Amino acid sequence: MHNITPYSSPAYFLYLIVLLLPIMIGLYFGKRFRWYESIATLIILSITFFGDKSLQGISLIFYILLEMLVVFSYLKYRTNKNNKNSFWIFTLSVILAIVPLVFVKINPLLHNATISLFGFLGISYLTFKSVEMIMEIRDGAIKEIKVTDFLRFILFFPTISSGPIDRFPRFQKDVLNIPSRDKYMEMLKGGTNKLMLGLVYKFIIGYFFGTLLLPKVSILALSYRGETPLGLSWALLAYMYVYSMYLFFDFAGYSLFAVAISNFMGVNTPMNFKRPFQSVNIKDFWNRWHMTLSFWFRDFIYMRLMFFMMKKKLIKSRITMANIGYITLFLIMGFWHGETWYYIVYGIFHATAMITNDAWLRFKKKHRKQVPSNKFTKAFAIVLTFHVVCFSFLIFSGFLDKLWF
Amino acid sequence: MDTKEEKIISILQDVTGLDNVGSDPDEDLFADGILDSMATVEVLVTLQDEFGIQVPVSEFDRSQWSTVNKISARVAELE
Repeated sequence: MHNITPYSSPAYFLYLIVLLLPIMIGLYFGKRFRWYESIATLIILSITFFGDKSLQGISLIFYILLEMLVVFSYLKYRTNKNNKNSFWIFTLSVILAIVPLVFVKINPLLHNATISLFGFLGISYLTFKSVEMIMEIRDGAIKEIKVTDFLRFILFFPTISSGPIDRFPRFQKDVLNIPSRDKYMEMLKGGTNKLMLGLVYKFIIGYFFGTLLLPKVSILALSYRGETPLGLSWALLAYMYVYSMYLFFDFAGYSLFAVAISNFMGVNTPMNFKRPFQSVNIKDFWNRWHMTLSFWFRDFIYMRLMFFMMKKKLIKSRITMANIGYITLFLIMGFWHGETWYYIVYGIFHATAMITNDAWLRFKKKHRKQVPSNKFTKAFAIVLTFHVVCFSFLIFSGFLDKLWF
Repeated sequence: MDTKEEKIISILQDVTGLDNVGSDPDEDLFADGILDSMATVEVLVTLQDEFGIQVPVSEFDRSQWSTVNKISARVAELE
């Protein structure tokens, strides 16, 4: 038996439905079978991580033990009234929590076979959750965590492989509560709709773009390699559109599954996408695209950095401060995607787009009377944003690496 | 002596540069794009200095700080 990637095959959905039925019947009658939920989690995790080689599963176990040690040590430190809220102990905790992820991410650079043993599917998303817990413990927003709560949150199987990234206090509100029958029926209805839409997104539209079309335009675009300056061609433009559509429908479809299955378990996991291709500018786009990730970066990196710089009065100009924030945020996001030139350039590209957008918005504010604003300018804004975004995905795809080097 | 609401409205006007902020104390400041992340932090830092309260960034739940009335209620709670 092989490791089954979540939501990738009919078999996975079959296992899910069978395993979820008792949970759903329980919730319908106003009960949460906690012991059963744990068993179901164990079974699903075994299918995902212990299928053929149990290496991934063993890495996962060691990873969880390390994160538990870090989070609970820091919680103990913070809840002891004699300790002051040391910045250095906080920083040390965050560093320890991200060490496994950093190792996995730099591994391709080192070609080190031992390091790659640390990796498992979804390590990034579990790390986001752990770091969020440490940050909120520092702020006093989390004052108590039970070991079972920690494990249930971190190992929540509907979102384990690729998010959406939930937050501990929000998640706790859902799982410690049992929805009324009316509310649960609404969640079941919403969940079923999302599941159906997800199937259309991932297995029909995503399949069409990713599996049928993408290889064809890829071959076509690569045939111009060395033939035209930089290998530019109409086929490359087609690749940009096809890849962007594939990226959206595949990931949005997956995210819909994750939210739908959460709903069936009585949990309102936050949504990841809100019509991103209707964004009127790049800032708007990041409020609609992979939202749980961009909000994580906003809340735990950007706003904290702004807060710190403003309080310490490090920089006078608000504009410079905001721009430093964008560059930091998107560079970290780039490095998180992987240590290749195109992910880093993708990050720098988006930081530049955000800075330019802010400058434009300032200009527009000052010249409110001269700058026209009507449905044509709005349509133009949407088309322009769409193309900026698609171009960034072309960088992100790594296709230019194949075409040029 | 200004009331709490007046003080909050004047902070919001200073930060956003918009004179009509606060004309409707139930207007959603995030949904209408009046406050972005940067402006939010600026408002938070100013509130801390003006009212002597502590608002950790992670306790800043957008749904609880989205209107003038809500901000005023939260400030009263933290004071």
